[in-house]
Amino acid sequence: MNRIDRMFSRLRKRGETALIPFITTGDPDVVTTEALVLEMERQGADLIELGLPFSDPLADGPTIQAASNRALLNEINAEVLFNMVSRLREKTDIPLVLMGYCNPLFQYGVEKFARDAAEAGIDGTIIPDLPIDEAGEWAKAARENNICNIFLVAPNTPDARMKKIAKASKGFIYYVSVTGITGARSDLPPELSEGLSHVRNLTSKPVAVGFGISEPGQVEMLSAVADGVIVGSAIVRIIEEHLIENENGYSAGPGTVSSVGEFVHGLKQATLKG
Amino acid sequence: MKNNKNRGLKAGCQPDRKGHFGIFGGRYVPETLMPVLAELEEAYRQVRRDADFKREFAAILKNYVGRPTPLYEARRLGDALGGIRVFLKREDLTHTGAHKINNTIGQILLAKRMGKKRIIAETGAGQHGVATATAAALMGLKCEVYMGRKDTVRQAMNVFRMELTGATVIPVDSGTKTLKDAINEAIRDWVSNVSDTHYIIGSVVGPHPYPAMVRDFQSVIGREARQQIKKVTGSLPDMVIACVGGGSNAMGIFYPFACDQEVRLIGVEAAGEGVDTEHHSATLTVGSPGVLHGTMSYLLQDKWGQIKGAHSVAPGLDYPGVGPEHSAFRDSGRAQYVAVDDEEALRGFRLLSETEGIIPALESSHAIAYLKKIAPELSGKETVIVNLSGRGDKDVETVAEIFRDRSAK
Repeated sequence: MNRIDRMFSRLRKRGETALIPFITTGDPDVVTTEALVLEMERQGADLIELGLPFSDPLADGPTIQAASNRALLNEINAEVLFNMVSRLREKTDIPLVLMGYCNPLFQYGVEKFARDAAEAGIDGTIIPDLPIDEAGEWAKAARENNICNIFLVAPNTPDARMKKIAKASKGFIYYVSVTGITGARSDLPPELSEGLSHVRNLTSKPVAVGFGISEPGQVEMLSAVADGVIVGSAIVRIIEEHLIENENGYSAGPGTVSSVGEFVHGLKQATLKG
Repeated sequence: MKNNKNRGLKAGCQPDRKGHFGIFGGRYVPETLMPVLAELEEAYRQVRRDADFKREFAAILKNYVGRPTPLYEARRLGDALGGIRVFLKREDLTHTGAHKINNTIGQILLAKRMGKKRIIAETGAGQHGVATATAAALMGLKCEVYMGRKDTVRQAMNVFRMELTGATVIPVDSGTKTLKDAINEAIRDWVSNVSDTHYIIGSVVGPHPYPAMVRDFQSVIGREARQQIKKVTGSLPDMVIACVGGGSNAMGIFYPFACDQEVRLIGVEAAGEGVDTEHHSATLTVGSPGVLHGTMSYLLQDKWGQIKGAHSVAPGLDYPGVGPEHSAFRDSGRAQYVAVDDEEALRGFRLLSETEGIIPALESSHAIAYLKKIAPELSGKETVIVNLSGRGDKDVETVAEIFRDRSAK
């Protein structure tokens, strides 16, 4: 069992839904990312997704694309991310999941990536452009290093395939709320709850829902039907709103960490009501 | 396979069930697209055997596109190059002026059969965008084309052509604001509108089944050329030369010759300002394998796997990736890939214009330039086919500007 499994089984016993915030590593700098991780944990986050930036993030909407670009201006790469996680591991035991595209992982070397990620204290990975059909080599390396590789299912995934994905996915299953890309939405599809219940009937593994979720009200509604709720773009947007532009790029303006913390606190409270 | 010596090619000729050409190809896409690609693959599998589809496709290629295109012997060019026999496959004479239309007609017929109401496409130079907008107008389908903001400025005439035929051009401001990012945006649109939209990719790139499907639609070029050359010379050519960006005109002419081991296949990439600079598009010459736009292939990337920007004077070659089957051909040695720079391409552009009165596209000029480059090493007895993938009208302004700048200096 790794930290992800332990977290979900603890929450399950309490009948509680996990709050899973996402931020891009190094947006706008690594020091801010470290501070955000600790603050979000303090405010009730149960697992944190750390984005590894990529030049061509084709599953992401404009908000996370922009965050990715800011991080790349700071030359964030897998090595920088692993070093940051190593430092964080001296201060926190919260489950940390790396979200990134497959090319940076492949160029690093699949086995080395798994080894170094595990050594740093990464508990899982979400690779949106690595479906089960192509994931064999990475899934094996991850398994051997006790890293949960988390697969995604979409609303249009056929049942037979959904079962295969559920079987292959470790830690939890990531249910994509919309047929679309990441980005805060004020309206979620009406059939979302039904879709989620359907996946949960097909598997005993925890199911977390993400893409487009941006408000406490949505989190509360989804907490009734999901084991975890993922919020990304809405948090990245708060970081963006506080940015200060300077010669070399961007830095985090005053109030970044506390504003994100406040927002995460509200989201966590919403999971408890759902 | 007809005989033993061709066996080694089998892996290079057809992808496996999941769309792999050796280690290349495949489907590296968000889960939302997986069912859509499966649906597309199945629909394509059906039409491949459907006589009605084939008839309809062939009729449009003949009466609307203007096929078969001539295989023209360029005698003055041949003489200028030491007496070799040079044949030009005249894709520049097709409707809309480039080979791109072969693929867009095939895909639009398929989209129609699948009941799709809306067509999206990406475009760099605008040739594929124009060909898609044209096909959509022909079929009465709604069409939106993603184009990098920089390209909309560089290729303003093509933007207007697309708009004239009823398409909407959407400028892309993300990333490098060029073709690579236009493809990202088109994929994002497709992910968000899977039920009613078909994405017409313009080259032999992207996730399976696109590389094989686009190749099949384009291979009409090579099938015609193979018959035509045999009729004129009584034998197969010694060499087939084509420019390679994503690689659709090259794969279209190479593929029907793939099992003819005696025919040398040569793909010419854009060396831009030089392969040892940061400004080129020579993916197969100096790139390395990785994943971009849903497929594993050679790429221009840094050590951390971030995709680099590409450059070429020819906007249609300005792409940091390449079709996965070309990557397989490169590694198996079935085709050779070389690169010529902007300067050489401009000289090729001039050479063909002056010797034959044919103004080639800057993309196709790379193929001419390479032939010129190797001509001194040839015996003078060779027969060569060059795929003249497009005409140069779109480039005349760019070239005029370059020549003007020079004479000013």
